[in-house]
Amino acid sequence: MPNYRLTINGSQRTVENVPAEMPLLWVLRDTLNLKGTKFGCGVGACGACTVHINGEPRRACQTQVSTVNQAVTTIEGLSADGSHPLQKAWMQVDVPQCGYCQAGQLMSAAALLRRTPRPTDADINSAMSGNICRCGTYLRIREAIHIAAGNGTRRA
Amino acid sequence: MKNTKEAKQLNRRSFLQVTALAGGGMMISLYAPKSLAQGPRGGGPGPQNTPQTYITINPNNTFTIIAKNPETGQGIRAALPQIIADELDVDWSQVTVQQADFDPKYGSQIEGGSTAIPTNYATMRQVGALGRTMMLNAAADNWGVPVTELTTASGVVTHTASRRTATYGSLAAKAATMPAPTNPVLKDPKDFKIIGKPIPGVDNMAIVTGKPAFSVDVNPPGMLHAVYEQCPVFGGRPVSANLDEIKKLPGVKHAFIVDRVQIQGGQGQGLVPGVAIVADNWWLASNARKSLKVQWEEGATATQNSPGYATAANAMKGQASQPPAGGGRGSAVQGNVEEAFQGAAKVVEAEYYFPLIAHAPLEPQNSTAQFKDGKLEIWSPSQIPQPAGAAAAAGIQNTDVTMHLVRAGGGFGRRLASEYDYQAAKIARVVTEERAAQGLPSVAVKVLWSREDDLAHDNYRPGGFHYFKAALDASGKMTAFRDFVASVSSVTPAGEFPTGFVPNLQISSAPVNPFSIPTGALRAPSTNGVSFVMQSFIDEVAVAAGKDPLQWRIDTLRNPNPPPAAPPAGAAQGAPGAGAPRGGGGGGGFNAARAIGVLEAVRDMSNWTTARASLPKGTGMGVAFQFAHAGYVAYVVEVAVDANKKLKVNKAWCAVDIGSQIVNTSMAKNLVEGGFIEGMSHIMGWEITIDKGRVQQTNFTNATAALGYPPTRMNQAPPSIEVKFVTTNFNPTGLGEPSLPPAVPAIANAIFAATGVRIRSLPLVKAGYSWT
Repeated sequence: MPNYRLTINGSQRTVENVPAEMPLLWVLRDTLNLKGTKFGCGVGACGACTVHINGEPRRACQTQVSTVNQAVTTIEGLSADGSHPLQKAWMQVDVPQCGYCQAGQLMSAAALLRRTPRPTDADINSAMSGNICRCGTYLRIREAIHIAAGNGTRRA
Repeated sequence: MKNTKEAKQLNRRSFLQVTALAGGGMMISLYAPKSLAQGPRGGGPGPQNTPQTYITINPNNTFTIIAKNPETGQGIRAALPQIIADELDVDWSQVTVQQADFDPKYGSQIEGGSTAIPTNYATMRQVGALGRTMMLNAAADNWGVPVTELTTASGVVTHTASRRTATYGSLAAKAATMPAPTNPVLKDPKDFKIIGKPIPGVDNMAIVTGKPAFSVDVNPPGMLHAVYEQCPVFGGRPVSANLDEIKKLPGVKHAFIVDRVQIQGGQGQGLVPGVAIVADNWWLASNARKSLKVQWEEGATATQNSPGYATAANAMKGQASQPPAGGGRGSAVQGNVEEAFQGAAKVVEAEYYFPLIAHAPLEPQNSTAQFKDGKLEIWSPSQIPQPAGAAAAAGIQNTDVTMHLVRAGGGFGRRLASEYDYQAAKIARVVTEERAAQGLPSVAVKVLWSREDDLAHDNYRPGGFHYFKAALDASGKMTAFRDFVASVSSVTPAGEFPTGFVPNLQISSAPVNPFSIPTGALRAPSTNGVSFVMQSFIDEVAVAAGKDPLQWRIDTLRNPNPPPAAPPAGAAQGAPGAGAPRGGGGGGGFNAARAIGVLEAVRDMSNWTTARASLPKGTGMGVAFQFAHAGYVAYVVEVAVDANKKLKVNKAWCAVDIGSQIVNTSMAKNLVEGGFIEGMSHIMGWEITIDKGRVQQTNFTNATAALGYPPTRMNQAPPSIEVKFVTTNFNPTGLGEPSLPPAVPAIANAIFAATGVRIRSLPLVKAGYSWT
């Protein structure tokens, strides 16, 4: 099985002896021990595994490691100390219930804000509807994105 | 260096133990005699008389407080320590929360039934208050002043007259040498500083920064990864498999068949037989599974399918008029419904259905275990951690199991059954033994299910086939109510409203045979389905009576029938009358005044009376209430429905009565919003169907829509869900469950108000509805 050189959160990482078709999700979790990116469905339907590749949101469970040739950012790379505006807003609003989806939600939200710094509810709904929150924290996610974007605390 | 003192008995319920720590700190423990603390719902052997430590007072005046219960997203890891910290009178910022392992000394360690607050609220207050009293006593002794002249705040004792202060940390060593107090003074709730506040989740930082916070993230050195293939037909077993071929695939280390092990006392299906594949990483194990060929003995369930259950149920509905034979389980008879139907001004009749559904927590089932030197260490996401089950699966004694409680990515009742723990335990033992034969040391193994496994091997929320008939008199009063349930492990709602509020009542059921699908508790059993049928049919009755359906509910609740017997002298306020509804899940008796309270509150919040009159065409407001798990919840929902059955929830209002105190106002509101949004999944898209004894749904989505299992998504969630907590003078109770059930009928009743179409069968997607 081949080796791959990846740029993960700004660091060069070599992944040895993994199959070309192994999804990035499992390379991150099981080979590189970056557990923040989550497995929820394995078919790209839930968004729990969302990472950025070259700044764009991608489903790591649907991305074969052999196809990754641009920089990867995971939740661990958003900021390690919780200082990213979205992380701060998530904590301010106390978004999580179980919390399992929130890494993927944050990565989708971060990609949204890069494209659309002051999103409307419609922008948020459009960008975030690929991310399932089984606990149903959607109202708080919306609010936290507005806060991070400097839109204030409005919910509607 | 431990110096232990034991207090006298406290309220005959619990004992205090104080332990001095090297370096000047101390631990405060509370333990309960075996007769008291045995959990009512199982959860392993009863506690022994060993101390359970809740509070550690550190010399630097910080405090480590134990969270004893499993955390699956309900916020209990904050809530129980909040209660201790407030009575201890320290600042939340001084507190570090530490999750307990499974240990019988803690008594019940269960996440289920919304029981954590009602069963622990008083005890946790007492623990904190004991700690505070000890600090006061130590300071009083040091300074030679009466305790009554001392105050506390932020972990500091103050003697105002002499301007002296001492931190708890500085007093701990002294306190540990003094007699432990026996009757601590509890705070007046108006003085609470941490209880009743929006304390954020204790793991929020770990969650938003991607730290390994969850069960699936547990990663002991050298861990191997397992997949577990179970027979797609319930009750089936593997006869043989191409194991030699599988073992040659990349990364595969072990492949073997696991036989069935019955687990005593556990919920769910025990150790279900299957084929384990163990590899260097999960994807390699999963990839090897694609090449697995198993000869299954499918068993008798392979002849069953969902249309068959429906046909059988429909063929039984003629039994609805027959009184239940011998007062069968869950049945109820009062007066004579058939006579009442004869003399009625109006009769309403309807058939209702709700499906089997899966729990689908977002973190797929998993567990990690290591078998070493005859002992098992296991990291469990279970809601009902049970070392005995893991021990039985691994073939060892309970006492040889160490169980860590790890945060789970959602529970919803799914993790009240612990098959994944049993699988991990068994697989870990086999792996360790096979490795030993090769001269290799023991390693841990994680078993992780795929989403497809999770949907195919759940213990499903039972469905319901209900055949209703009700009678009204000329004034619009309900004179008879009848429900016949063709049961597929269904719950018969004998105790539900309108039981106790209608003179003639008959509730009965008979089983659909055969039905062999494993069922279990899902958030708010049994009302999560029963509320839909009861509160929807009641709405039909109210409309048939020509009344405002919200006011009709209140009017009916104001007229118990038969009238409740006079309560015995000294009975608590709100003691239930004979025959009054009991509500799901062990919440004590139904109190009509509290139900009326939430209905009136939600009426006022939503401006129900006037708002309904001015809604545009295709927009409607619906109402429902439910007593569930000791809580009272009422929703009003406004929906818009277009000509293409595109449905939108414009807004929801919710009034909740869970007693005198909300412990954590932030999580409480979160749980209500989540309960409503889960209800949207129930009503629109969720159904598990059976074909040839196996589940048809594969994942959250499927190219064939009927084979998907779609949860509510962001773009479908309403802009706002307004929540009001109605406080009443009753003990605080839980909220994980009560917020869900009435959401479903409230939406259904709103659709009726918007369109005139009554929703009697779920999910709506089968009738052509979708969210806008």
